[in-house]
Amino acid sequence: MAELLKIKSEVEEFKKEYFYRNRYFSHDQAEENRQREYQAANRIQSWFRACKVRAYLSHLHKKAIIIQRIWRGFTARARFRQMVKAAYFIMKMNFYEEMAIRIQRRWRGFFVRKYIHNYYARKSYLEGLSRKNELVRMELAELEELQKRERDCVEMVKEQTAKVYQAHRLHHLLSTKQCPGVFNSPFRPAPHEMELLLRQVKYQAPARLDSRGRACLMGILGPTAPSFPGTLGSQWIKTTGTCCSSKPILPPISSKKQQGLFREPGEVWEQRMLCPDLTLRLQTSYTHLEEAQNQLRHKYIRLPTGKLGTGSMLHHLSHSSNSFTQPAYAKSLR
Amino acid sequence: MSQRQIIQVFEQYQKSRFQFVQTVADLALRPQNIEILQNAGVMSLLRPLMLDVVPSIQQTAALALGRLADHSDDLAEAVVKEDILPQLVQSLASQNRFYKKAAAFVLRSVAKHSPELSQAVVACGGVDALVLCLEEFDPGVKEAAAWALGYIARHNASLSQSVVDAGAVPLLVLCLLEPEMALKRIAASTLSDISKHTPELAQTVVDVGAIAHLAQMILNPDAKLKRQVFSALSQISKHSVSLAEMVIEADIFPAAVSCLKDPDDYVRKNVTTLMREVVKHTPELSQVIVNCGGMAAVIDYLGECRGNLRLPGIMMLGYVAAHSENLAMAVILSKGVPQLALCLSEEHEHHIKAATAWTIGQIGHHTPEHAKAVATSDLLTKLLELYMDASSSEDLQAKSKKALKSILQKCTYLPGLEPLLYDVPSNILKYVVCQFSKVLPNDSKARRLFVTSGGLKKVQEIDAEPGSSLQEHINAINSCFPEEIVRYYSPGYSEVLLQRLENYQPA
Repeated sequence: MAELLKIKSEVEEFKKEYFYRNRYFSHDQAEENRQREYQAANRIQSWFRACKVRAYLSHLHKKAIIIQRIWRGFTARARFRQMVKAAYFIMKMNFYEEMAIRIQRRWRGFFVRKYIHNYYARKSYLEGLSRKNELVRMELAELEELQKRERDCVEMVKEQTAKVYQAHRLHHLLSTKQCPGVFNSPFRPAPHEMELLLRQVKYQAPARLDSRGRACLMGILGPTAPSFPGTLGSQWIKTTGTCCSSKPILPPISSKKQQGLFREPGEVWEQRMLCPDLTLRLQTSYTHLEEAQNQLRHKYIRLPTGKLGTGSMLHHLSHSSNSFTQPAYAKSLR
Repeated sequence: MSQRQIIQVFEQYQKSRFQFVQTVADLALRPQNIEILQNAGVMSLLRPLMLDVVPSIQQTAALALGRLADHSDDLAEAVVKEDILPQLVQSLASQNRFYKKAAAFVLRSVAKHSPELSQAVVACGGVDALVLCLEEFDPGVKEAAAWALGYIARHNASLSQSVVDAGAVPLLVLCLLEPEMALKRIAASTLSDISKHTPELAQTVVDVGAIAHLAQMILNPDAKLKRQVFSALSQISKHSVSLAEMVIEADIFPAAVSCLKDPDDYVRKNVTTLMREVVKHTPELSQVIVNCGGMAAVIDYLGECRGNLRLPGIMMLGYVAAHSENLAMAVILSKGVPQLALCLSEEHEHHIKAATAWTIGQIGHHTPEHAKAVATSDLLTKLLELYMDASSSEDLQAKSKKALKSILQKCTYLPGLEPLLYDVPSNILKYVVCQFSKVLPNDSKARRLFVTSGGLKKVQEIDAEPGSSLQEHINAINSCFPEEIVRYYSPGYSEVLLQRLENYQPA
């Protein structure tokens, strides 16, 4: 053992000796080589380290990729599930909306056709309007006709009264037996209408020349006056009989017969005069009651032995004397 | 000289003054004497006579002055210049009724000529004095005062306002209730003149309750009264919807329609004017009048009258038809369109024709049904003639063009459109061709008719700029027909055929 140890230590020294001895002989070459070997060793080492690191990095990358892949798959599936849900929801909503649109469409069509643009209502309105127009046209035509007739009537009445007035003014042109008048020429087949009017007009002396007087002087026309519907003309002419000039003519006094069954005047007179029963007064005298009471009092005083009740009766009697309620015939006191 | 003789001198002077004034008043009745009187200096002579001691001379002088001022503008101005008005106004308050009547007559004849003269009357306190006269008992005085106020208020809104501010309106309504017919007429006419200017004035008249009283007088037999009443109601209702509604609420309408058969022309015209003023505001108001048969009555009225009297009736139909297509159909059903065609052909005045063209446009522009009704009465060609006529006024041309355009845009009645292909300016032509291009693709019978009547030929002859809407429509029409037919009808086809013939070599 000790020799081994000694040899081992000698090895070390030997190496050192060897080195120091060789140094002086081949140190340039060794220097050269040292540099080269050093660099080569460096390179190899670095390359190896790089490989190690690369291997490590690729290992890391692979593991990272695995993790990321799994994660991405997870999130994508989650998103997909969400998308599916959303798409389903949208599909459902579209469906509902479409159905709602169908309902609304039908409703709107119905509503508009029934209430807003109701074709039948419009049609019936227009028909009603044409009927109303016809009616109005007819009524207006009738009204116009009526008014025209009224106006014509009034015109005619005016003309007639003017003619009557003229006839009255020309009363002196009436033809006589001896001499035919202006309007009654012998060459005419029949007398002129003026002639006929003149014959009907009755002359009256002009009493007053105011308008009422003139109206009264129109003269009385007979039943041959042309009859027009009740207008002022006919009233005018008819009233000439009554309101003429200053003195009103009273109707004649004629003894008319009595109508119906009347009693003789003598009877009635008798009835009125000899009828004493018909009064509003009592048949008895004014003081009748007091007299009766006095009589009774006298009767009871003559019998002083009367019952006590009679005193109260007297009392009652005296009370009742104030009220005149008991009529004369109610003598049933006893 | 004795006392008697001295007094006789005065009496003679008075007699001669009276005679002078009387004669001047009588002479002033005739227009030919007026100039001579004016040159003789009658104004300056009458002026001191108006201050005369004797009342009858004063009155006759005032009457003469009134008659003179009535006839001419210059004399009225002379009255104003000579400061006669303040005297008149002062004495209006104090004198008897004959003088008041004469003085009111003078104020009226001065005020009627121009707004400036009316302003002069107002400025010297004439309006207040006249309103005091309205409170008198005598109907003649009230009538003269109301007439004068009416002439003052007629000119413009500010003068009306001064009349209203003096408190005339309630008194005028009271005058309406008086039994005298002349007074009623004048009161109605004055209310009409006051309310015609602005809505506020009309509102003032309505606030006093005039509408109810006017409505009661509608069926009065007197024609002149009815004229004024209807004129007043139409002036009130023209301003706004609420006023028109108030007039309708007075229940005039079925009764007023019967006044359309009144023998007096102006009563009928004023009723129609009232209907027009009411109808132009809203569809509901038009509906009221249509429902009571007013439309038929107005159309008959149009048939019976001539000239300017037709204008309110025509405009009423236009306003009714403008509101909605229901109402336009109602106009058509009441036989309005033939009547309007008659009006268009019979009338010569351009403003009436323009109104008729406008009305026809309002009727026809709603739907194809309405346009067809218009086209069947041959009105499209008439409107075209009016538009093309060089002697038509600008207004007439503009209105007929607008009416034609609006009707054409809805017209699908092809026989009515065909005549419009010939001799038509291009701006109308494009609408016509557009309508054809809409109808022809869908209707085979119409296509056949279009070809046989020569319409296709005419369409080919139209040259339009490529790319314009006209060309597009023409192309649309051409595409409805087979190629050969289109080529057959294209212009110059015969030359093309002849060319081909020349180049042909028989085999």
